Amino acid sequence: MSLQSSCRPVHPLAMWHGPNFDQCGSLNAVTADLEPPWPLEPPALHKMETSIEQPVGGFTFDLTARNARLASSETGYKVPKATKTGTTICGVIFKHGVVLGADTRATNDTIVAQKNCQKIHYIAPNIYCCGAGTAADTEQSTKMIASQLELHRLTTGRKSRVVTACRLLKQMLFKYQGNIGAALVLGGVDINGPTLYSIHPHGSTDKLPYVTMGSGSLAAMAVFEAGYRPDMEEADAVKLVRDAIAAGIFNDLGSGSNVDVCILTKDSTQMIRPFEIANVKPPQEQSYRPPRGATVILTETIDKSADIEQLQTDRDVMQL
Amino acid sequence: MDFVAGDAPDWLSSEHMTGTSIMAVEFNGGVVIGADSRTTTGSYIANRVTDKLTRITDRIYCCRSGSAADTQAIADYVKYYLDLHSIELGERPSVHSAASVFQQLCYGNRENLMAGIIVAGWDRKLGGQVYTIPLGGMCLRQPFSIGGSGSTYIFGHVDATFKLGMTQAECEDFVKGALALAMARDGSSGGVVRIATITESGVERKTFVGDQIPKFWEG
Repeated sequence: MSLQSSCRPVHPLAMWHGPNFDQCGSLNAVTADLEPPWPLEPPALHKMETSIEQPVGGFTFDLTARNARLASSETGYKVPKATKTGTTICGVIFKHGVVLGADTRATNDTIVAQKNCQKIHYIAPNIYCCGAGTAADTEQSTKMIASQLELHRLTTGRKSRVVTACRLLKQMLFKYQGNIGAALVLGGVDINGPTLYSIHPHGSTDKLPYVTMGSGSLAAMAVFEAGYRPDMEEADAVKLVRDAIAAGIFNDLGSGSNVDVCILTKDSTQMIRPFEIANVKPPQEQSYRPPRGATVILTETIDKSADIEQLQTDRDVMQL
Repeated sequence: MDFVAGDAPDWLSSEHMTGTSIMAVEFNGGVVIGADSRTTTGSYIANRVTDKLTRITDRIYCCRSGSAADTQAIADYVKYYLDLHSIELGERPSVHSAASVFQQLCYGNRENLMAGIIVAGWDRKLGGQVYTIPLGGMCLRQPFSIGGSGSTYIFGHVDATFKLGMTQAECEDFVKGALALAMARDGSSGGVVRIATITESGVERKTFVGDQIPKFWEG
């Protein structure tokens, strides 16, 4: 029976499936009792592989189940709200390129968390992306795709295309089934000319000549529907984007502060931030400091009983 | 917006293309497919010029209804599988193959998908074909098929109007008229009428805007 096993000892690595804690206290105990012809302790490197978790990048949803349980219990823990960019973002294709626009307000519930945040994110030198939704998610998703495209450019030696960025984003967002709250407006110029996409949190995309997103998208779209013309000049397109973002800033509570604009053409990318300070704080019209002597003195009493000399010494000690 | 409404903002509650009118008809020599162009997020029209007639191969198209994200993802997968398949095959894939891949994806992921798809196209063996794949992931060949929320308003009309052996022009008018009726009654269908005719010689696409959409009784 045991003949075969003693004739052909199996290589230790072939048998090793990680530490087994079921049988006895420690692995060394096993070694001492049975004394196999090979050391049962595996090589150090192999042990490391089995016992240490490899760190992986990206999103984790490990705590979602725990959080749901906490939120539903009688203790009534409130789930903290993530900083949402209650936002107005938009983009327009014009004759020679794409104009992207965004407001600069970030909100945390009813509090304005950031008065001048940047919502137009870098994807590639010729591609930029406006983000609405959960601020952390738009930031992280655009960074991840920017990184993937940088590596892709280094391997192919070609300019990135807007479709590629769109595909990477939509496939990632679809994989996470809407749990990544990123609503994006992706625009850029590549060998196919100026291109513009809107990408929704669940991973659906639309390819259109003009798009808006975020809580102020209705106000901005109203401006676009009234003012968009095919093959506009750059100045007209920038004016239209400014008007659309301004409509969001002034009519939507979630949007506010300044207008940021990014102009992408075949051979230039201009990020203008701020393009316009929509809410300029007006200069103070007059001083509200009361002039000297404005307080009427009703009575004046001088207490002469105090020891002037003692007060003097007290002050000297204090000065020391 | 989110703090005014109290709950999560509505643009986060997915882009549901639930409201749709799509249809496809077989004729001798090919198929005519058609769709409206409305994509909605709640009560907001996210896209009024959507193209729901999606190319899979140059002789096979699909009409998408349900969740925009789901149907786009499915169509992208089928496109990828059939591209690979046609390279191995050395010829154009059959419409049945395309419908079969759609059906397998829809049935295998039925718990996680909201997709009602009509696959239509032309192949050498069977000519024009229409396959319908409703929500559960069944696959069925039909001489014509309608789908989406708007289709519920026109079942009677299509049953009364459809005749076997219609010409290409008759089929195009049939699709245009049926979609116009569906779009008029269904609030979540609308925009323009997009039609594509797929035959041996290729795909011919038409878009009907405003006045070009047939008018019926409007009271």
